[in-house]
Amino acid sequence: MSKISRRKLITTGVVATAGASGLAVAASLARRYGLIPPDSGGLYGPGETLTYAAQRLLTRHSLAREFNRNQISKPPFANEVAPLGEAFKRLQEGAFAGWRLAVDGMVARPASFSLEELKGFPGRSQITHLACEEGWSYIAEWMGVPLSHILNAVGTLPHARYVVYRSIQSDWWESIDMADALHPQTLVAHGMNGSELPVAFGGPLRLRVPRQLGYKNVKYITSLTVTDSLTRFGKGLGSASPESGYAWYAGI
Amino acid sequence: MADSVCGPTSAAAVPATTVRSRHSAVVRVTHWITTLSFLALLVTGVEILISHPRFYWGEAGNVLTPPLFKLPIPASRAKVPTGYGYVLPDQNGWSRYLHFQSAWVAVLTGFVYVGFGFFTGHFRQNLLPARADLTRNGLASVIAQHLRIRPARAEEAWSYNVLQRLTYLLVIFVLFPLVIWTGLAMSPAIASAIPAAVTVLGGQQSARTLHFFVSVFLVLFFLVHVVMVCLAGFRNRVRAMITGLPAARMERA
Repeated sequence: MSKISRRKLITTGVVATAGASGLAVAASLARRYGLIPPDSGGLYGPGETLTYAAQRLLTRHSLAREFNRNQISKPPFANEVAPLGEAFKRLQEGAFAGWRLAVDGMVARPASFSLEELKGFPGRSQITHLACEEGWSYIAEWMGVPLSHILNAVGTLPHARYVVYRSIQSDWWESIDMADALHPQTLVAHGMNGSELPVAFGGPLRLRVPRQLGYKNVKYITSLTVTDSLTRFGKGLGSASPESGYAWYAGI
Repeated sequence: MADSVCGPTSAAAVPATTVRSRHSAVVRVTHWITTLSFLALLVTGVEILISHPRFYWGEAGNVLTPPLFKLPIPASRAKVPTGYGYVLPDQNGWSRYLHFQSAWVAVLTGFVYVGFGFFTGHFRQNLLPARADLTRNGLASVIAQHLRIRPARAEEAWSYNVLQRLTYLLVIFVLFPLVIWTGLAMSPAIASAIPAAVTVLGGQQSARTLHFFVSVFLVLFFLVHVVMVCLAGFRNRVRAMITGLPAARMERA
């Protein structure tokens, strides 16, 4: 017995030491390769970090499933939105001719694009699934400009790590990492199911991130900021979602 | 005394039977970690579910889609037509954070347990039913014994009967893998990396519906498990799963 106990003690010690140093190495590698989400602090930080890190390693380049035209939800479900303010209504009266998407931050050529200019960029159309964290979903065809095209147009600087995007509804802003920002299916969407993007679905401009849940797909976007750190935005948790208790990364 | 077996001189003096543990340390530790994470997953799973207590089959589904079925309960979101005049408090934020964190704990613990089970022969020795027990007569006699609510025989404090073995194998190798799979299949990022994991199930809403049913089976197992532990002697069975020693007679001896 005693020999086994001593051997067990030594084994346990070795395993514990290896485990602790393994964790330290993993943490430093994770930081270097951008596998730590901005809401990694707090009670639920460990789970969130494991999810984000695992999915970044597994899904960096994977493409969201695209569906056939006959799988489009008829009719799609427009989620409720907070009342749209005066500024939105004025732009709506002018058929959104005055709507602009400003791009600034870590870019070589900050710019501001009108809807017409964005529609003139090479577009992409895709039929993808949009799932809400509540459990419901719909499939729709989305038309828009790949975010990567806009980022290339303004010249993203090499140190850029995140893109922050904001709605005209000031309490709704989000951010994604460059893996999602440069992903070919991440669109600045201006059309849906063959026509203009309806206001109820986020028109005139909505960010479509098909590999993440609905709340990352911000409606009525007006500005993008490219950055290397999220600490200066809001409470530094990455977006408005963690500030109201929801995960920053919503690939689940 | 349990700790005397760790002393350097006592090994020969203590009869072998008293040092034998009913459950090994790995089984005991993983059992209780799994219990805690299962309860956290259950509570948070219910919280998430009540935000949309409707179920669909296929890829997509929402309040404009006819449901496969809906639960007759109020919802935590006003837009779901439930027939109730009120909306439950919405607890989705922390529930989702805790649900996924508990899932990680359960899955990592499961890996340790399954690795241990194969490596040490735990599954073969303790959970694989003997061929003789799998006959119609063998199964019938155990079922009859359960139906008459006969007290567990003394040797059952040391070994599982054939029904227990089959049930535990079903939970470990069928229900847990299925609940993990159907859970992952709801993730839009996982669906992009492993599309077949979703399409094989019939779509993302099908995955959600199946996740619900597998969870119901796990809850049924949990309830029956607790009832059986109570019938078999709650204190002794729980003591065995905490300390490894099944019966109080050890201390009296």
